Amino acid sequence: MSQSPAPVPFIDALREAGSLRLAGSGLAWLEAARRENLEAFIAAGLPDTRAEAWKYTALRALGQRRFALGDAQAASHPVDPYALTLPGIDGPRLVFVNGVFRADLSRLEALPPGLSLQPLSRVLENDPEPLRFALSRRYREAGDAFARLNAALAGDGVVLRVAPGVRVGKPVHLCFAGTPAQGDAAWHVRNVIELGEGAELDLVEHHLATAPHKHLGTLVSDIALRDGAKLQLALLQNAAEDSTLIRHGSLHLGAKAQAMLHVLELGGGLVRHDLHAELRGDDARLDTRGVFVLRGRQHVDTQLSIRHQALNTASESVWRGVADERARGVFRGAIVVAEGADGSDASLSNKNLLLSAQAEIDTKPELEIYADEVKAAHGATVGQLDERALFYLRSRGLPHAEARALLTTAFCRAVFAALPNETLRDHFSDALLAHLPS
Amino acid sequence: MLKIENLHARVEGKDILKGLTLTVNPGEVHAIMGPNGAGKSTLGNVLSGRDGYEVTEGSVIFQGRDLLALEPEERAAAGVFLAFQYPVEIPGVNNTYFLRAALNAQRRQRGEAELDSMQFLKLVREKLKIMQISDELLHRAVNEGFSGGEKKRNEIFQMAVLEPKLAILDETDSGLDIDALKQVAQGVNALRSPDRAFLVITHYQRLLDYIEPDFVHVLADGRIVESGDKSLALKLEEHGYAWVNDRDPVLASEART
Repeated sequence: MSQSPAPVPFIDALREAGSLRLAGSGLAWLEAARRENLEAFIAAGLPDTRAEAWKYTALRALGQRRFALGDAQAASHPVDPYALTLPGIDGPRLVFVNGVFRADLSRLEALPPGLSLQPLSRVLENDPEPLRFALSRRYREAGDAFARLNAALAGDGVVLRVAPGVRVGKPVHLCFAGTPAQGDAAWHVRNVIELGEGAELDLVEHHLATAPHKHLGTLVSDIALRDGAKLQLALLQNAAEDSTLIRHGSLHLGAKAQAMLHVLELGGGLVRHDLHAELRGDDARLDTRGVFVLRGRQHVDTQLSIRHQALNTASESVWRGVADERARGVFRGAIVVAEGADGSDASLSNKNLLLSAQAEIDTKPELEIYADEVKAAHGATVGQLDERALFYLRSRGLPHAEARALLTTAFCRAVFAALPNETLRDHFSDALLAHLPS
Repeated sequence: MLKIENLHARVEGKDILKGLTLTVNPGEVHAIMGPNGAGKSTLGNVLSGRDGYEVTEGSVIFQGRDLLALEPEERAAAGVFLAFQYPVEIPGVNNTYFLRAALNAQRRQRGEAELDSMQFLKLVREKLKIMQISDELLHRAVNEGFSGGEKKRNEIFQMAVLEPKLAILDETDSGLDIDALKQVAQGVNALRSPDRAFLVITHYQRLLDYIEPDFVHVLADGRIVESGDKSLALKLEEHGYAWVNDRDPVLASEART
């Protein structure tokens, strides 16, 4: 080594991570995968803005921070279970506090038949073999840098399976709570979710904070829908305002499988959400709906990539962004219709609203088509509130802040109109409204 | 109730109102007529507080308060209502929800109790009798996809629910066919009362066949140049606006005595 690069505390803090005892330590295949991913992550360092996937999200400031390797007290922090509840959601619940499974806060008794729901830490102790394929993955793309880190250090998460043909009657609630610890901690959660042929599931992923903190969380989810399976996934991200949250999801759909995703991103200081969806079977259908509403100095980067790989597949994506004060939002929506995916129908709409002159939103829709007889549409806009509408509302007596909030909520409404759980839909609306600066 | 004195206003650097004086008492209906560009709509916009209208001279006192010092929402709560010439479409905001939010915002500002949804519903049903407007429009987004007539009727319906002290109708007749015009006028007439005043801004005399004014004022080049009773409107209809251009401004109060 002739040159010594500038020290990066974020990376330095990981040098001892190889000796960390995680659930599943002792499994040769898992240890090898963890070690290789860790070494590769350390060698590559944090990606910089020269990498296309990180063009609008600089990680320099994150690189200067040092996070503890997990939170040793995560299993014992007192957490009020009531704070974890969501209206309209009263089924099985799996709770993680700073990335560690909490049986005392979870609700796993009397699971409906055909539903298997366990923490990863327990599965790794008892029956790890079925996870061997998923957890052996080596991530190589720059965009996957944090998935690699997650693969190296995740010791807990969700393992969920729905047996073929089973329709789970109640929504399953996955709750990730952040809570203050000794210093800033990094936690890593790995989820493996599978719906068997013809299975149906409602799933809610919920991020929240019990009190302010500055932790880093990474979460990698692999979701597979076998032929004819149906998934409703609602995501409410209300993490601590100074926390960093990086989520990496992959979603595979078999023939005639259907997934509908609703995302509401409100929290976090630095948030990155990657979703890679593959429509692998004929007639698969994916609907994604999402919105981020940002204020202060929040930075939220959503990267959506959808691949149509089979005949007559359909995807419809409706995303909105709202940024106020000095917040920054990034949206990239890439749709690929692969060769042979004839008869596919893809649409993507991304509209953004800037509520202040200091806010910024970058949007980049991309469409690549290699098949025939494809219907595809995409569009993106960035605009401001309609002054005429604002005056109209005020002239009827609504104060300025209320008129602004009403128009902003209206701007986001299309995103949640199709959320089937009405109580949850109202809660999303309320949460969005509460997040708007008044 | 409303006392406008020597009002001068400017839009985008151009003087539009040049010394307008007008007094309106409770229960009166005043028609403001005038050719295009005379400043009719500017008057409505200045009174309701729209951005971009700079008052350079004069005063507007509404029920003893300096109206020009109030925000648009404060004017609304004080009882000023503007029926827009071009009502704004607001996708995603339900008409009924909007109206209840507006009414309750006004009541809050006045220190009155808010109406719950049952009380509000009852009020809406009452007002629906005054203004023929279909239930279906109430459940749609504000003005979205409404026909021209539906938009204007929706304005009058809002007025009925909000019960202002002073209603300013800005060319409410523009773009309406005769049936729609009659319906709108019926709605307005039903709301006439001894403690409510109207300022009816219009280019054409036609509307005044259905909404009978107590006073008619002719606005030309930013000033009131002629005031009279409803016969003045007929005179205008006959002779057009050409003859008013070389008139001297007269005070509305003089014309009334």
